[in-house]
Amino acid sequence: MSGRRIVVTSGKGGVGKTTTTANLGATLAKRGHRVILIDADIGLRNLDLVLGLEKRIVFDVVEVAEGRCQLRQALIKDKRFGDLLSILPAAQTRDKDAITEEQFANIVKQAAEIADYVFIDCPAGIEAGFRNAIAGADEAIVVTTPEVSAIRDADRVIGKVAEKNIPIRLIVNRLRPEMVRTGDMLSVEDVCEILSAELIGVVPDDEEVIDTTNRGEPIALDEANKLRVVYEKIARRLEGELVPFTNFDNQGFFGRLLGVLKAG
Amino acid sequence: MIEFFRKLFAPTNSSQTAKERLRLVLMTDHLSLAPDMIEQMKRDFIDVIAKYVEVDRDKIEINFEQQDKALAMLANVPILAVNRNGGGGDGGKKREEPATVEAAAATGSTGSTATPALPRRRRRKKSAPPAVAPSNASPAPAG
Repeated sequence: MSGRRIVVTSGKGGVGKTTTTANLGATLAKRGHRVILIDADIGLRNLDLVLGLEKRIVFDVVEVAEGRCQLRQALIKDKRFGDLLSILPAAQTRDKDAITEEQFANIVKQAAEIADYVFIDCPAGIEAGFRNAIAGADEAIVVTTPEVSAIRDADRVIGKVAEKNIPIRLIVNRLRPEMVRTGDMLSVEDVCEILSAELIGVVPDDEEVIDTTNRGEPIALDEANKLRVVYEKIARRLEGELVPFTNFDNQGFFGRLLGVLKAG
Repeated sequence: MIEFFRKLFAPTNSSQTAKERLRLVLMTDHLSLAPDMIEQMKRDFIDVIAKYVEVDRDKIEINFEQQDKALAMLANVPILAVNRNGGGGDGGKKREEPATVEAAAATGSTGSTATPALPRRRRRKKSAPPAVAPSNASPAPAG
């Protein structure tokens, strides 16, 4: 049976696509699934770095597309996950047009034959790189932050992906609950209403993410990390389990009172 | 202290502003129409309704809303009076209870179950004449 092919996209850059792909993939691998992460950001390779696998790269996705190596040869297996997690790195010195949509879709299909989950880390923008990244996907996760520019871009991307008639789920990243409480940040509810997409996860803003990416260590392996549970919840929802959402939107009278008191 | 109470009781926070600005900009994006064209469309729409009934132009609300995969135009048009001199028989203008036309046009099948963007303060009066519900008010594909 072929695995699920999920593209992680956002439109806007810097909202946390790569971090989300890496950590969600790692969490699913920790939960016993075979996971392949494909970096579709050709020319701006980063997934390997976030996962601490940058020193082990031999081949890349373009070389697989050109038939210069087999997919299995290019995959970098992550020993920390008993080889359940592997990544297919992007080419760093090539252009986005070094690969076609058909070639990309074909690689994703091949990967899905040997994995339960294939995640495609989409580049920012809605040009060739984006079209490549969504070409082989049969599901999409749109990552956004509660900011106007990220939401507008997410809306654009949702419109583009919707043309493919595949399920689209939303992750609201870098939420700051205390700002939502005081009314200084859009709430998860607001974001979902504006984008009218199915929510699959809310990731609070946390400094520890920077620390884990500095070290190249996935959050799934860091038992003490507060966000580990957050990614586990998203993973379980992807598996099909109904996991209740933590309520971060608490902008009642007392929430405001608290906010005003805090702000002085 | 005054500032304290102002913040507490009138929370005009930036998140609300963000939400309203996003609504407007996404409407423009989805319709692929410039904001002034959308305003022109709204005026034309109101003019068409006003040809048949007397409407309260100041209280008309027209919004666009994403409903699942379709974009919907939702109009709330308070009617002040009904023109009965067209061919109604009894001649002359007859003042009626203010009524409201609530029109919802959607590209999907969700039009009838649409939740309006704004709370409905004016409800259709039972004694009011049948409301005119334009059902083909320029829907646009969800962009």
